[in-house]
Amino acid sequence: MKLLTVNFLTCAVKTCKTSSESYPLHFRDAQLEQNPQTFNPLFIRNILSRLDWSALTTTANELGLTAMLPDHNPADDMMVDSEGATEEEKNRAKDNVISEEVLKKLHTFLVDTAVIEGKLVCGNCGFEYPIKEGVGNFLLPPHLV
Amino acid sequence: MDNDHIRGEEYEQTNVHNVYSKIATHFSSTRYKPWPVIDDFLRSLTTGSIGLDIGCGNGKYLAIRDDIYIVASDRHVTNLTSNEIDYFGVAKSLTRKYRSSELIEFATQHEPHSAIVADILSLPHPGAVFDFAISIAVIHHLSTRERRVDAVRAILNTLRPCGEDREGSGSAGQALFFVWALEQKNSRRGWDVDDEQDQMVPWVLKADKSGDGVGKTYHRYYHLYRRGELEEDIVAAGGEVVRSGYDRDNWWSVARRR
Repeated sequence: MKLLTVNFLTCAVKTCKTSSESYPLHFRDAQLEQNPQTFNPLFIRNILSRLDWSALTTTANELGLTAMLPDHNPADDMMVDSEGATEEEKNRAKDNVISEEVLKKLHTFLVDTAVIEGKLVCGNCGFEYPIKEGVGNFLLPPHLV
Repeated sequence: MDNDHIRGEEYEQTNVHNVYSKIATHFSSTRYKPWPVIDDFLRSLTTGSIGLDIGCGNGKYLAIRDDIYIVASDRHVTNLTSNEIDYFGVAKSLTRKYRSSELIEFATQHEPHSAIVADILSLPHPGAVFDFAISIAVIHHLSTRERRVDAVRAILNTLRPCGEDREGSGSAGQALFFVWALEQKNSRRGWDVDDEQDQMVPWVLKADKSGDGVGKTYHRYYHLYRRGELEEDIVAAGGEVVRSGYDRDNWWSVARRR
């Protein structure tokens, strides 16, 4: 399971959906693997605005991979508040591109790095979802459906 | 949870999930060509779009784009009989061959996408974040209208709502649904408007990993949609139909949150 995937997962239990504790899910006993994939800078660039950076930071910290992740979303540097910004600021933001080096680093973290065995745990109900051979299993036992 | 809901679930376990687990290899070998409506829908997306494929089967739609990101899910399990599988859909005997879901095993082969095992009525995804979703030939396996509408609602809830445009992503998130049509008088099955909508459909097993069960017939439950019914379910689920049509014995709709 790629680390990118975890940003788009939460607990499957209905009553957990409204709790902020259920997102992101927390890794336990995670066994990491590097699986180099094709690097597509535009793909990574466009995915940035769809990420929950705080959840991503939590995931990185829990896996001991804090160093792989910038402390804030590089896409935020591209955003300029159109109300308050001067012409100059807007132009600078427009010209400002995220360096390929930063994108490559993010690619390594989001796409190349995967959890191959382990568990994802809900911070609200404590339910543990198993990951086996890289595939997370989110089927619930009958009493939790 | 009410009794109808529990009964519906038990019914589908016997008449949908257990059957797919037996026919997965053969079924998968017949499902490789993407249909044009689905192909066009996926090709229209911007690079970096994030979406879901709910009931992805062998993951044939994951091969169309490698510059978008799809979290694909299915709940169907291996060629094992149901008593060899625990309630997580995981084989009790941990031989590598059988450890994860068989259809999902096919789906994991497509990069950069991800495949997980999940149930359509208990999706493990946050709401209001996805650019798109597809659910192809899935909700017609749910055995009550309430469950079908719940499934549509669950999928629509994952989509980015109107008015939350994102850079390079256009407007609100959209979902594409495909369901089998009641009106298919020229098909091999030959059903039409006057036929019963709830059908047990035979699948004759032609190939199996072990060679066991060849020639054996399995029956899967289907709800055949009449004209307009998919759109009614979408509206009942709080959605809005963007466009819809009929293609190869199936009704389809593109929908978004209202």
